[in-house]
Amino acid sequence: MTVPDLALQLLTAEEPAGLLPAREQMALSLGWHIILACFGVAFPTMIFVVHRRGIVRDDPVALDLAKRWSKVSAVLFAIGAVSGTVLSFEMGLLWPGLMGPFGDVLGLPFAFEGLSFFIEAIFLGIYLYGWGRLPPRRHLLMLVPMAIAGVVGTFCVISVNAWMNAPAGFRMVDGEVTDVNPWAAMFNDLVWLQFAHMWVAAFMVVGFLVSGVYAVGMLRGRRDPHHRLGFLVPFVFATVAALAQPVIGHLLGGNLGDRQPAKLAAFELAETTESPSPLRIGGLLIDGEVRWAIDIPVLGSLIAQNSFSAPVPGLDTIPVDERPPVNLTHWAFQVMVGIGTLLFLAVLLFWFVRWRGRDLLENRWFLRFAVAAGPLAVLALEAGWVATEVGRQPWVVYGVLRTADAAGSNSWLWWLLAATVVVYAGMTVGAVVILRSMARRWREGETELPSPYGPESAEEVAR
Amino acid sequence: MSLPMLVAAALFVGVLAYALFGGADFGSGFYDLTAGSATRGAELRTLVDHSIGPVWEANHVWLIYVLVMWWTAFPETFASTMSTLIFPMLFALLGIVLRGASFAFRKYSATLGQARLFGAVFASSSIVTPFFLGAVAGAIASGRVPATGRGDLWTSWLTPTSLFGGLIAVGTCAFLAGTFLTADAVRSGHEALSEQLRRRSLAVGLVTGAVVFAALVPLTRDAPTLTEGLAGRAAPLVVLSALAGTATLVLLVRRRPAEARVTAVTAVASVILGWGVAQYPYLLVDEITIADAAGAPATLRALMVAVVLAGIIVVPALVYLFRLTQSESWSRH
Repeated sequence: MTVPDLALQLLTAEEPAGLLPAREQMALSLGWHIILACFGVAFPTMIFVVHRRGIVRDDPVALDLAKRWSKVSAVLFAIGAVSGTVLSFEMGLLWPGLMGPFGDVLGLPFAFEGLSFFIEAIFLGIYLYGWGRLPPRRHLLMLVPMAIAGVVGTFCVISVNAWMNAPAGFRMVDGEVTDVNPWAAMFNDLVWLQFAHMWVAAFMVVGFLVSGVYAVGMLRGRRDPHHRLGFLVPFVFATVAALAQPVIGHLLGGNLGDRQPAKLAAFELAETTESPSPLRIGGLLIDGEVRWAIDIPVLGSLIAQNSFSAPVPGLDTIPVDERPPVNLTHWAFQVMVGIGTLLFLAVLLFWFVRWRGRDLLENRWFLRFAVAAGPLAVLALEAGWVATEVGRQPWVVYGVLRTADAAGSNSWLWWLLAATVVVYAGMTVGAVVILRSMARRWREGETELPSPYGPESAEEVAR
Repeated sequence: MSLPMLVAAALFVGVLAYALFGGADFGSGFYDLTAGSATRGAELRTLVDHSIGPVWEANHVWLIYVLVMWWTAFPETFASTMSTLIFPMLFALLGIVLRGASFAFRKYSATLGQARLFGAVFASSSIVTPFFLGAVAGAIASGRVPATGRGDLWTSWLTPTSLFGGLIAVGTCAFLAGTFLTADAVRSGHEALSEQLRRRSLAVGLVTGAVVFAALVPLTRDAPTLTEGLAGRAAPLVVLSALAGTATLVLLVRRRPAEARVTAVTAVASVILGWGVAQYPYLLVDEITIADAAGAPATLRALMVAVVLAGIIVVPALVYLFRLTQSESWSRH
């Protein structure tokens, strides 16, 4: 979809003044946070692997990697913590119509998420400052609670999102929420598969991003054990995740046709119900007609309904005011699946060729692809999230609460959005500058990275 | 004690913990900001870096705990407070974001220029944040947030109570941080630095005390319900706070910062506790009580499970972290 088209689709909706800026604000801050959250979830496990190797095999290369990665995670965790705080404020600032009536339905998983975040923050502090201060093995063990907290935290946050897609744990009586059962809301029908999908996605994102960093180094001729290990450990994680992800995704999509037919119709760009339905690649829905799509017969029914004949219900079966923005949803879904498939094939190729005795790390084209794989995984993550969120529209709580009714009436939220763009851009630039300078100084052999405020530098300044 | 009261008490423990632990972190920003030039302030800034580095993120989580407990247990009041106090909330949030990010960036800055930029952002936003959070507390305590819907976006917090609330928050944070940093400096053997910090903490303590005193007059007119509570039920806590504050000053004068930490915490904790006791049984003063604001009982019971789990899992971990950072082997360097 082209950018003007997208903008048009977003802007033409007739909604309360606070809705569109609120959605954009949420999209920006959540879309930004989700990448850092991936690091909080997956990085401790990867650091554990290299750190353990460093201790058990007395491998200085692995130990050095663990040290560096822990410093990188300190920076990423700090900005992830603040962008996560932004989200908890925004829940109330932007969506009073959701949090007022439903706060006690959806709040419990957030409380447990808070606990796991607590654990992660505490042990991160101990781990970061524990280098050289704690006995080595105990120091290594400090990563375990962090990794567990990452799993629990993911489950909890995704639980809320799954609840929005498959609401449970309450009844609506005359417009009032009653019979609240927070446990039923937390363990709703979708939570396990949605959690698995996101958790694995986190390992794909971090695995490909980190290995991509070392692929850059190898492309520039730095072919030492440090770069090989730095590439391989995250790449193994990414491999397992990339191979598992299509399976989980398929299971998750399993009965989408029954659950959220409008979302499925938008995913498949099904304007009318066709039996059997084709798999539609690319294409745009313009004035109720599908254009420029490549149709593969029967495959749509097969993938979405596990059947040779069962149709994907078309958008024409859905009332106009209950249809999501179709093109955006369709394209987001296709980008996710397309990139996922590409990465799936790429890791298969790498390990197959390696099994046959050739090392693709010697191949410049493969290295270039490995560099691109990180950003691609991020793109797939964002696209998948857009697909599930935009595909649920116009509902914030599916079938229960419309997004328009959840938003406040703040027309000036556009100003807030502008301010947020500025602050987040600044934070991004700051993080990039700092991370790059850390990498440069490490390459120059500065291992400890003293702060320029440190006493030594202060003496230099004084001289 | 009723279920809503229990949950409200657990929520208030979070407020108290954030005010003390988070407060000491924020207060460090005040000394960082006023430490002088890069050369002169290097020692102090390194101390700040070192003493809050391992703990600031854990301390920050108390805020998230408070927000989550609030919207889960008392959802309508959370929605109305957020809609009414959207501006001070946003300013506080901006401060939190800039502070957290720039503190992390400064630690790994490559050049002095970068470190100065990030340091200035860190330090100034450390003052902005408690001010606006104090203003939010003032708005709630003076009965300006309606039980449902939205109050006025500006007049609800541009009031004497909110203004003094903000100033007192900044002052108490700095006072707490001052005593802790002084003790840290002594423990790590920075004598000149500890002397400098001791003098400045004394000054901050005196000014904060004066502000609290000055606030009493406008408060009686601006927040009658709160004043009544402070003069009545919460009076012992107010007295305790005054005594502990004075004791802290005396201990600082006598160069006993380790003991001064205890009295400083007592002084600040009893102010915060006094506020809670004074506005009891209201959740939003003059608007809605804790009992009436509570959400579904099933959710409150589930929240108590979360609180008990926090007691079992989080508190020991937190104690371990604090014990490590207050130990000799972590203080050196």
